[in-house]
Amino acid sequence: MTEIETDSEKWDLVISPRRGWLDLNLKGIWIYRDLVLHFVKRDFVTFYKQTILGPLWYIIQPLLTTVVFTIVFGKIAKLPTNGVPGFIFYLSGTVSWGYFSDCLKETSDTFIKNSKIFGKVYFPRLTVPLSVVIINLVKFGIQFLLFLGFLVYFIVKGESVTPNLFILLLPVLLLQMAILGLGTGILISSMTTKYRDIHFLVGFGIQLWMYATPVVYSVSTVPEKIRFFYMLNPVASIVETFRHSFLGTGMVNGADILISWAVTILILISGIILFNRVDKTFMDTV
Amino acid sequence: MQKSVIRVENLSKEYRFGVIGHGTLYKDVQSWWARFRGKEDPNSKITVHRGPARTGERFWALKDISFDVEEGQVLGIIGRNGAGKSTLLKILSRVTTPTLGHVKIRGRISSLLEVGTGFHPELTGRENVYLDGMIHGMTKAEINDKFDEIVDFSGIEKFIDTPVKRYSSGMNVRLGFAVAAHLKPEVLIVDEVLAVGDAEFRRKCLKKMQDVSAGGRTVLFVSHNMHAIRQLCHLGIVLEAGEIVHRGPTDEVVDKYLASSSSDQNLNEDILPGMHSHDNPDVQVYRIEVLDTDGQVIRSPKMKEDFCLKIYYKFNKSGTYTIAMAFWNANNVLIGRIAVPEKIRWLTGDEEDICTLTVKVNNVFLAGKHRILVALRDKYNILIDQIDNIFFEVQPLLLRGDAVRQDGVVQINSEWSAPVRLANKYSSQC
Repeated sequence: MTEIETDSEKWDLVISPRRGWLDLNLKGIWIYRDLVLHFVKRDFVTFYKQTILGPLWYIIQPLLTTVVFTIVFGKIAKLPTNGVPGFIFYLSGTVSWGYFSDCLKETSDTFIKNSKIFGKVYFPRLTVPLSVVIINLVKFGIQFLLFLGFLVYFIVKGESVTPNLFILLLPVLLLQMAILGLGTGILISSMTTKYRDIHFLVGFGIQLWMYATPVVYSVSTVPEKIRFFYMLNPVASIVETFRHSFLGTGMVNGADILISWAVTILILISGIILFNRVDKTFMDTV
Repeated sequence: MQKSVIRVENLSKEYRFGVIGHGTLYKDVQSWWARFRGKEDPNSKITVHRGPARTGERFWALKDISFDVEEGQVLGIIGRNGAGKSTLLKILSRVTTPTLGHVKIRGRISSLLEVGTGFHPELTGRENVYLDGMIHGMTKAEINDKFDEIVDFSGIEKFIDTPVKRYSSGMNVRLGFAVAAHLKPEVLIVDEVLAVGDAEFRRKCLKKMQDVSAGGRTVLFVSHNMHAIRQLCHLGIVLEAGEIVHRGPTDEVVDKYLASSSSDQNLNEDILPGMHSHDNPDVQVYRIEVLDTDGQVIRSPKMKEDFCLKIYYKFNKSGTYTIAMAFWNANNVLIGRIAVPEKIRWLTGDEEDICTLTVKVNNVFLAGKHRILVALRDKYNILIDQIDNIFFEVQPLLLRGDAVRQDGVVQINSEWSAPVRLANKYSSQC
């Protein structure tokens, strides 16, 4: 235990009380990239182990939801779908909303679900929500194929669905949904470490949020007076743009997209700040 | 001069009681409202802590700790429960952050706070080796290289493609340790994992630890087993109430530690309520006496002389329990356990009953200090009451004035018969 050395020597790791607010530890995540992919694989494999239908569940879920929506909102409530067949209208909403809501739902219990392992071994905590976003991308891919199938069917049938150049925006939309789902998810997961109440609010909150998003109706039915406030919901513009690009219905407006991005970034930044704060002291409070 | 691999500088960790961790918004608002009106917080916890110093709602689990560990050294960290060992390891393994001070580390650090943590029950052993390895910081390529070695070390080749949920807990630990043992970090933190697994496996693990340190890497080893500490560590530090009280060569430090722990609960005296390591208002062991075989209370039994232990227990509520005991020697090596035999297994009592139970013990103990644990369990085998720090001293047997040589853990009862001459080359020719 000599202490004659000079402090200028290089240390690989310094553990200190404070860390930067926005420090994402991207380098750490890159080192653990194999782990992220393995989490994806683990979740994918364990999702359908001991189920009969396996990955088919990825398709059954949005399909049944859409059928219910078509009956309830299309046939009974008779909400307008702007001349587009109800089924494909609701499916487009369900699939795009589904990606966001799944990301949100599954990242929101990051700390609670993993408290045991987080308490034993260090690895960059963000790897867990990141892997959730990726696995949901796989899931979205499968559901998207389903959507494309029906889209082709309706086009062949001669219905008034008109995919347009906005399709090129799809990667941007996905990126924004991923960021938004991740941001909201880690924001919520950080808060649930202190208040378990929020955990119960998530399922319920997501449902309410869906009704504040143009999933079962179109933005054009929202009264002009409240439209500005309505579009503050960042998912609204995403779902509407998605639907517009594939079905040719709905309104896409540059200002709305900008607002949506601004809110998305704001949520992501607050999420990271809170996540980093909780990450440090999480083990002491749970 | 050797190069430092870990440098801990003025490390402190503060925990707070009462204020955080209510878990619900309602209680937080309630506490806040109570404080606002100047009343006592209805949610503040009353926590009895042995050891750590407390100031109000806060206590320092670690106070201004500094030490250096050089390359290739094995450092033993010793201390009683609550002395701050686990907190120190948690900070070193980056599970939690310090409140003050810094730790500087050269190279990769891996901890075995608990093995097999990354396992997912639905995945097979093979998949879990990858998952656990990656969680501990290995890359896929590294695991590919070492996969066969890991499986070989674990000794469960046959079940490698079976889901881990079908494994026994022993198999789980083996596989987990096998992964951990192949991490090849520059610094390895080991925390009492050696307590699990069978003897053969434990031997394998100790050997692995020795290999690790012989390979020039650094090991931090935390254990209550002084025997293992003496065997494996070059240096030791003793923590008490969050501070380093002794440091230096292992043998010296262990001796000091053992000497200082003599302030624990004695026999033949009423046990203070705080001495219970597990307690319950319904029933309590409150006194243990040593008797000779004639039923007289004695201070300490002599070696080879059988003695009795008389357990006094008190029912505050009627109930049915059973008692078991365990014995350790001064190096904290478990000598054995005893339990109430089948025919009088259940001890039933009504409210306010005070009972005693006497057990005659075959004295196989060597001279020196021994520790007793007494545990009361209910019908569902749930631990109700436990005291684990009662000490008794066995007096050495003098053989021609000198103490008999003391090795091992027990005195083997042996009877030697007189030598018999079978044959002689000369006498047979008569």
